[in-house]
Amino acid sequence: MVLLLQYTIIFASVLCLVALGGCFSEHSGVINLGLEGIMVMGALGGAVTMFLLPSGTSKIVIVLATTLFAILVGMIYSCLLGVACINFKADQTLIGTAMNLLATAAATVFVKAMNTSINPDNVSSSIQYIQEKKAFLKYFGGFEFNWFMVMAVVMLVLSWFLLYKTKFGLRLMACGENPQAADSVGINVYKMRWAGVLISGFLGGLGGIVYITAGVSEWKFEMGVAGFGFLALAVMIFGQWKPTNIALAALLFGLFRALSNVYTGIPFLKAMNLPSTVYNMLPYIISIIVLAFTSKNSRAPKAEGIPYDKGQR
Amino acid sequence: MKKKEPLIKNPSFQSILTSLLCIILGLLIGYIVLLLINPSGAGEAIKTILLNFLSRSSHAARMKALGNTLAKTAPLLMCALSICFCYKVGLFNIGAPGQYEAGACIGLYAAIAWHCNWAICLLLAAVAGAVVGAISGALKAYRNVNEVISGIMLNWIMLYLTNMVLSGKNVKEVASPYTIKVSGKSLIPSAGLNNLFANNRTVTIAIPLAIIFAILIWMILTKTKFGYELRATGFNKEAAKYAGMKEKQNIIVTLAIGGALAGIGAACLYLTGYQQWSTTQTSVPTMGFNGIAATFLGGLHPIGTIFASFFIQSITDGGALIDKSVYPSQISDLISSIIIYLCGFVLFFKFAINNWISKKDKGGPNVNDVPVTDAPAKSEGGEK
Repeated sequence: MVLLLQYTIIFASVLCLVALGGCFSEHSGVINLGLEGIMVMGALGGAVTMFLLPSGTSKIVIVLATTLFAILVGMIYSCLLGVACINFKADQTLIGTAMNLLATAAATVFVKAMNTSINPDNVSSSIQYIQEKKAFLKYFGGFEFNWFMVMAVVMLVLSWFLLYKTKFGLRLMACGENPQAADSVGINVYKMRWAGVLISGFLGGLGGIVYITAGVSEWKFEMGVAGFGFLALAVMIFGQWKPTNIALAALLFGLFRALSNVYTGIPFLKAMNLPSTVYNMLPYIISIIVLAFTSKNSRAPKAEGIPYDKGQR
Repeated sequence: MKKKEPLIKNPSFQSILTSLLCIILGLLIGYIVLLLINPSGAGEAIKTILLNFLSRSSHAARMKALGNTLAKTAPLLMCALSICFCYKVGLFNIGAPGQYEAGACIGLYAAIAWHCNWAICLLLAAVAGAVVGAISGALKAYRNVNEVISGIMLNWIMLYLTNMVLSGKNVKEVASPYTIKVSGKSLIPSAGLNNLFANNRTVTIAIPLAIIFAILIWMILTKTKFGYELRATGFNKEAAKYAGMKEKQNIIVTLAIGGALAGIGAACLYLTGYQQWSTTQTSVPTMGFNGIAATFLGGLHPIGTIFASFFIQSITDGGALIDKSVYPSQISDLISSIIIYLCGFVLFFKFAINNWISKKDKGGPNVNDVPVTDAPAKSEGGEK
């Protein structure tokens, strides 16, 4: 049970962070389907940092540097979305898809090239960071505490505050609901949308590094992040674009994801003898059913997905 | 008499021009990455990626490699057609990989467990894909669920479902995670085509079949009343409704057809014996996503898609031929994903070309200029 709790919390942290990222981007009016790609890039940034840090580095430095670089790379990568969709008014679905494919390919190429340059016989696409990863962990009995869990909660509170209690957040949401009206009262829609996209890069990159340090001790970059970015999108919709609901949805989805990892350890579930794929499918099936019942009066930002054109009424 | 327009003003020519621009820029970035990894062999590597089968030494090896590329072009083309068809009706069928998985699931099950004839397997695969497509369509038409979101969810649901179904004990090899090899009458026949490609058995009538489908889709979209109604629905759902078209039914039918095309695509790969399904795979097959690349690179035209599919598949196979001890083979994935990304700028490129033409013609920008678009107008947002 402790293991289930641990996995639920860490997966929920990932989903919550990334879904909040998507939430900011969509509230500003840009659909971010590229979250999966941003996660991969954030993961790459963090993993490379852990790999390159000298072995004697103190724990606090490892934690801060890894987090910082994951966020930084995530933000830089999200610029691809911003340039194409805000400045050049490209199709947001197409660009998002391209970013997902590009991130996996680019990360694999980068890691393989890096491995080969260090050791010509090494053509693997994984980075070893088993030692450095320990900096994030603390044990309370059987429970493996991860500093990222705290970060997720902090980000959740900050996001809620930023979105609902500041001038910036309210302006951001206005740009997603009615950009023309927002523009008419002097808000720079392009700047606001850029802010939304960059925040989603920030949170997506952070989510990426949390994901790869959560379960496994090395990561094959060919695998991307195994659909977690898309799951986070489901969490965001399930949470109706509201940070508090997103956190609850993330816990629920995290639970299902954790079940697929540890269900063999729970006698009651093991007795049911369902293949693990069922638990993998469940979050997606639930979100489709929920979408079918809630989409008629969805709380989605009204203007999301439509490029803003100053010349249009 | 109508004055002949200069070639550059022709929209089809502009489409080809912008696609070529995307390819050149994509290759250029790929080349720069190769240079950064190891400058000495970069020229050789990019040449190998581009030439693919032509870089083989003997004639027989060349034909065999070309056959392999063609065998994989057929499924890619079907996926691309699926996306292209739906896009023309204003729907972004990102669920093509899911429909493709459904086709693989039922097609392979029928072929391995029931030893069905290949044509029946193909048909079943099409039906399976169509059902998955129709689910997305029905959710969109009746429950207002965006087809992109339901498509993504279905991609993953179908992946795990397919893994589960194909793990059954009479379809999966006992010692490996792969499905049993398709054999006998369940294999798509070669009809002598294999002899043209150095006896490559994976070259089957699936290839001409896919090309026939491309022509068929083009004819349906442009020459029939049915296709006109679908496109009208894509341009303006409300207007189509008031003109007496059944807009809800049209959405479902479109995605069902798209699903059927993607389902057939899976059959075109797995029923040729080229590849076995791995029941432990944890990521959605890239075939459907590469279909997006082929669609947009093909200028959103079914015929252009044929060439674009071949190009994408050719550079992917070419990437597998480069010196793997120096360069990662994913470099070709990198190039094709950059090309997809650049395809997002196609509208801007065309706008720039047209702006440049009108500047040259009149000595000033034309104020009435609007970007030329072959894509139907996006429906209003907030419909998730």
